Amino acid sequence: MRMISALLIGMVFGAGIAVSGMINPAKVLNFFDVVGTWDPSLALVMVGALIVVSIGYRIVLRRDGPLWGARFQLPVRRDIDLRLIAGAAMFGIGWGIAGFCPGAAIPALGLGHADTLIFIVAMIAGILLARILSRG
Amino acid sequence: MTEFTPLLSLAGGGLIGVAAVLMMALHGRIMGLSGIVAGTVLPKAGDWAWRGAFLLGAVLAPAVLSRLWPVGFDNTVPRLWLVIGGLIVGMGVTFGAGCTSGHGICGNARLQPRSIAATVTFMITAGLTVFVIRHVIGGL
Repeated sequence: MRMISALLIGMVFGAGIAVSGMINPAKVLNFFDVVGTWDPSLALVMVGALIVVSIGYRIVLRRDGPLWGARFQLPVRRDIDLRLIAGAAMFGIGWGIAGFCPGAAIPALGLGHADTLIFIVAMIAGILLARILSRG
Repeated sequence: MTEFTPLLSLAGGGLIGVAAVLMMALHGRIMGLSGIVAGTVLPKAGDWAWRGAFLLGAVLAPAVLSRLWPVGFDNTVPRLWLVIGGLIVGMGVTFGAGCTSGHGICGNARLQPRSIAATVTFMITAGLTVFVIRHVIGGL
């Protein structure tokens, strides 16, 4: 049941990324190109998602726990450190170069372009590299 | 040029939000894609399958949808730069503990200070990067 549910939730997410246009890296890069070929669509993706999640989380997190599992697994840290800001800054630079973020690249795999796979392999290499550097 | 699609983008964003709420209600998890990918590549015991199933669904839906309906996709970035961008994204989301979905949607919806700070930071650096690439050096 859990696997089917995770699969279906993934499908809702993937459909959302496709319908919203975020699956298209050109559209994402145009969102950031305010002084050029600006396409404000991405702002509305964020607005749509934030409205649903702000209300939805409020209702869900009032409960004792999720349907499966004892408790909600929420991040507990609240401190803003250099690692967080430097990492976020790096992510933005990479996003601005490639036009893909992780949540758009995974659904884009379903469209079958080799470019997407190249980005994802490099991204996974980056995740592994950062893990190795963190241990050193 | 890409066309401004306010209604589709708002509706698509709503669907992404529904997925995030269901993930919390049923599985008790933040729907953060960089974390889910990292947890699939570097699994902890007994914690792999739901991530794999979620990612499979996320790939399947656009694959099916694109056969029924025109899903736009246009990449103009050279492959060398996709590799460079991918490496930087992978490292950034690991150090920054999240990306557009985990921080940008789930964390911001809960008004988490770390997510707000991360989102402001990556939106600014992404905007500056696109500006420099397109208007200072004139493209990749």
